[in-house]
Amino acid sequence: MTIGAPILEVEVLVIGLFVLMVEAFFERIDKRTLAFAAIFGLAAVLAASFFLAPAPTDVATTGFWSFYTADLLAIFFKRFALVTTILVLVMMVDYAPVVRQSVHGTTHQSGLGEFFALPIFTCVGLMWMASAIDFVMIFVSLELVTMSFYVLVSFTRRNPATLEAGVKYLILSALSTGFLVYGITWIFGVTGETNLARVTAVLADPALESGPALFGMVLVLVALGFKIAAVPFQMWVPDVYQGAPTPVTAFLSVGSKAAGFVVLLRVLQPFFMMPQMVKALTIIALLTLLYGNLAALPQTNLKRLLAYSSIAHAGYLLIGVVSFAGEAVAYYLVAYLLMTLLSFAVLVVVANQTGDNIEDFSGLAKRSPFLAFAMLVAMASLAGVPFTAGFLGKFYIFDAALRQHQTTLVVVGVITVACGFYYYLKVVRAMYWDGSSIDAPVPVSRLSRVTMTAMMVAIVVLGVYPQPILNALK
Amino acid sequence: MILPFIVFCPIVAALAILCGAPARRTALWAAGFTLAATLLVYFEFDAGRRGFDFVVSYPISDAWRLNFTLGVDGLSLIMLLLTAIVTFAAIWFTGPIATHEHAFHACLLLIAGGALGAFASLDLFFFYAFHELALIPTFLLIGIWGTGNRHAAAWKITIYLATGSFILLLGLIMLYRSVPDGARSFDIRALQKAAALGMIPTDAQGTIFLVLLIGFGILVSLFPFHTWAPEAYASAPAPAAMLHAGVLKKFGLYGLLRVAIPLLPQGAQQWTTLLLVLLLGNIIYIGLVTIAQKRLDWMLGYSSVMHMGYIFLGIASGTLLGMNGAAVLIFAHGISIALLFGIAGEIRQRTGTLLLSDLGGLGKIMPRAGLAFGLAAFASIGLPGFANFAGEVMVLFGAFRNGAEPYRFHIFQIATVLALWGVVISAVYMLRAYRKVFMGAMPENWSGVTDLRRSLHVPIGLLVAVTLWFGFFPQSLVRIVSPTFKSYFTQKP
Repeated sequence: MTIGAPILEVEVLVIGLFVLMVEAFFERIDKRTLAFAAIFGLAAVLAASFFLAPAPTDVATTGFWSFYTADLLAIFFKRFALVTTILVLVMMVDYAPVVRQSVHGTTHQSGLGEFFALPIFTCVGLMWMASAIDFVMIFVSLELVTMSFYVLVSFTRRNPATLEAGVKYLILSALSTGFLVYGITWIFGVTGETNLARVTAVLADPALESGPALFGMVLVLVALGFKIAAVPFQMWVPDVYQGAPTPVTAFLSVGSKAAGFVVLLRVLQPFFMMPQMVKALTIIALLTLLYGNLAALPQTNLKRLLAYSSIAHAGYLLIGVVSFAGEAVAYYLVAYLLMTLLSFAVLVVVANQTGDNIEDFSGLAKRSPFLAFAMLVAMASLAGVPFTAGFLGKFYIFDAALRQHQTTLVVVGVITVACGFYYYLKVVRAMYWDGSSIDAPVPVSRLSRVTMTAMMVAIVVLGVYPQPILNALK
Repeated sequence: MILPFIVFCPIVAALAILCGAPARRTALWAAGFTLAATLLVYFEFDAGRRGFDFVVSYPISDAWRLNFTLGVDGLSLIMLLLTAIVTFAAIWFTGPIATHEHAFHACLLLIAGGALGAFASLDLFFFYAFHELALIPTFLLIGIWGTGNRHAAAWKITIYLATGSFILLLGLIMLYRSVPDGARSFDIRALQKAAALGMIPTDAQGTIFLVLLIGFGILVSLFPFHTWAPEAYASAPAPAAMLHAGVLKKFGLYGLLRVAIPLLPQGAQQWTTLLLVLLLGNIIYIGLVTIAQKRLDWMLGYSSVMHMGYIFLGIASGTLLGMNGAAVLIFAHGISIALLFGIAGEIRQRTGTLLLSDLGGLGKIMPRAGLAFGLAAFASIGLPGFANFAGEVMVLFGAFRNGAEPYRFHIFQIATVLALWGVVISAVYMLRAYRKVFMGAMPENWSGVTDLRRSLHVPIGLLVAVTLWFGFFPQSLVRIVSPTFKSYFTQKP
């Protein structure tokens, strides 16, 4: 049995609407049931995605399929979006007590249903975006993602830091959307097309004056740089990440970034013949690597540290983009998903008891050996210790860069990896070296325990045996 | 199947201990089984054979034609033997641990497993990856259970080694990329074949060799990248120092002998002079620094850095004799430094200080410790009868012979003559330390100090017996390793 790709998005949309309807009309049920239902539904959609027949679109197609493709990359990132959303929902269940404290409402679970429904709509946007091969489609799906994030980022609105984060994200994101639209109009003005394949065909004509198209592309790059948190468009990241509710931060740092990279890979294709483009991207990658890693060094708040680390990882991913290594980028994103979500999952649980500063993790090895070990695996993988997915991702990226003789990028990459070891191991130090004043064990729900174990296993297995991911892209 | 057992026995035991198995007993059994299996391989190994034995291979990924391949030849065999012996001794030396006893033993076993895996891997990816497995356990061992300025030491060693490792990784990928597409592989055997056919271009060899030399050099504490070593070894708990200084550090030397020298012979020639200058830094400069040390643990740490210079000299010599000597010396030094760190740890436990000016007269109340330390110190100086002597003699003769012309001094002769003075230097600091610790007047308040517990006779006896055995019969090591090195010389186009 095979099914057409757009059905998946429709299914996810239906799940989202269902959750929203139940939230609106059944006030008395335990709202966490909704989250479990959504997790189950999304898992079913994920299973269904394996019956999907890849259907790449060719240049001549018109109508719906000139906007939408179901090639391997698209299907891969649809699954990626689904897995991310499921894991974020698991985290949100753990985070529910915090939401209750900081949302006004008549009942004690007011707003919780919306909190669970919005990520599902984001997921639809991410899935559309994975398939988008037309600038219009890219814009629309990007907006769907951003709109739901506007709400999610400022969801716990009694907290002033969250409000600040919400306003920052709203303004800067709207600005970047403006850049995107303006860039698209320039490209359309030069080529008369919005479909990426046809844009490529028009730009291949040597008689064409490519300057204006390049200008449009630079504007698009600004917008995407905002999404993937590349320097110099990273200003919003630390504050928004720190202020937003933790599961939303995790979603932003994985989902939003992955979507940005998919679009970047697709959009850059027509422009890669131009050496100026490669040069610009190389400089952005260098700046991102240096800024992300150096600024992470003095951080004392774990959420903020992870924000800078997310900038740093955008740098490594950009090395992959500059080296034309789509596979390496995809693999790295999977590794990034696992290790980032694992560290956020531990953070959510620990922060419920103490707080989200690094010193709140002191003595975690005594309070909860399981959580400490999970965090150790996540940090080792983020730093790039072998036998973890994070190491293999870096290996893949450096290999691709050396193949393209990007010596500067590789040298800077290696130096910044050493910085990474310092700031990730700072967390390990707190957990294992330092003692703590609190001795109470940290309660972990069974669902979280199972998910964290699954993520740890996945990190190690994919770090030794990457073949499943590589097969999914071939 | 015996090699996967050797590699995974400590790792599985470590996981079992983390899950709650009794710490010391499981660790000791695991180390014992590993040692027994390694001895089995040692006695089964056919010394006359060229190439690798006991090979097992599992495909991992099409990308980079990655396989998980284990196999031994003479060189890797003696490294495995060294690791198994030192691990067994180090775990036996471990006394009661106050906090996180399980984690301590698991960390030790992970370091051992990483070293065993690195030495047995025939695939460069896993060769590299297994070595890095030890990084975080080392960080935790020094940070949690260390003494003195342990936090700074733990940071220093971790950041240094992580940087060195990633530089090394670059070198390995460059090596992989330098071979033409069809023959490209991370398999050492395939790379050796490619190198023998001259597929690695000469102009690329120089750069790759330099990157590898820096990467491996940082891991072995080659002068001027040595500053992490003394501080880390001084602060580390004794079993961790034994394992790291005795075994894990040798990974870099093993890497040079296994990868850099045979695959990049022209590249090695380009950088010989640089290497000679740096290793003289190790021998002379660090040797003098060692004499100036005021604490026993720092002195031992520096001495282990200094002795790396001789091994580098053997590797740089480019003669069969010198390389054989380097291999013997790697083994011998691993055994002797492990014993020294073990005894020093016991002394620190009893007296609470390793400041040489505070210590004295311990020979009267700790005669057994004094005897063991004395034997290890003599071995370390390189007195005849100990394996270190055999190794050093071979290294010095081998290095002196390279490029020898009558009535003219070549750079190798100069280096050898200077290196010989290192023997005097190490005699000075070792004997001085022995005198200060075990002879002279003893402070009153230590009259209650007890000698080593009787059960420690086993690891001490094992280490002393091994170094004496191979000191009297170095041929039993040379016989095993020399086919490996001979193939390097016949391979040359």
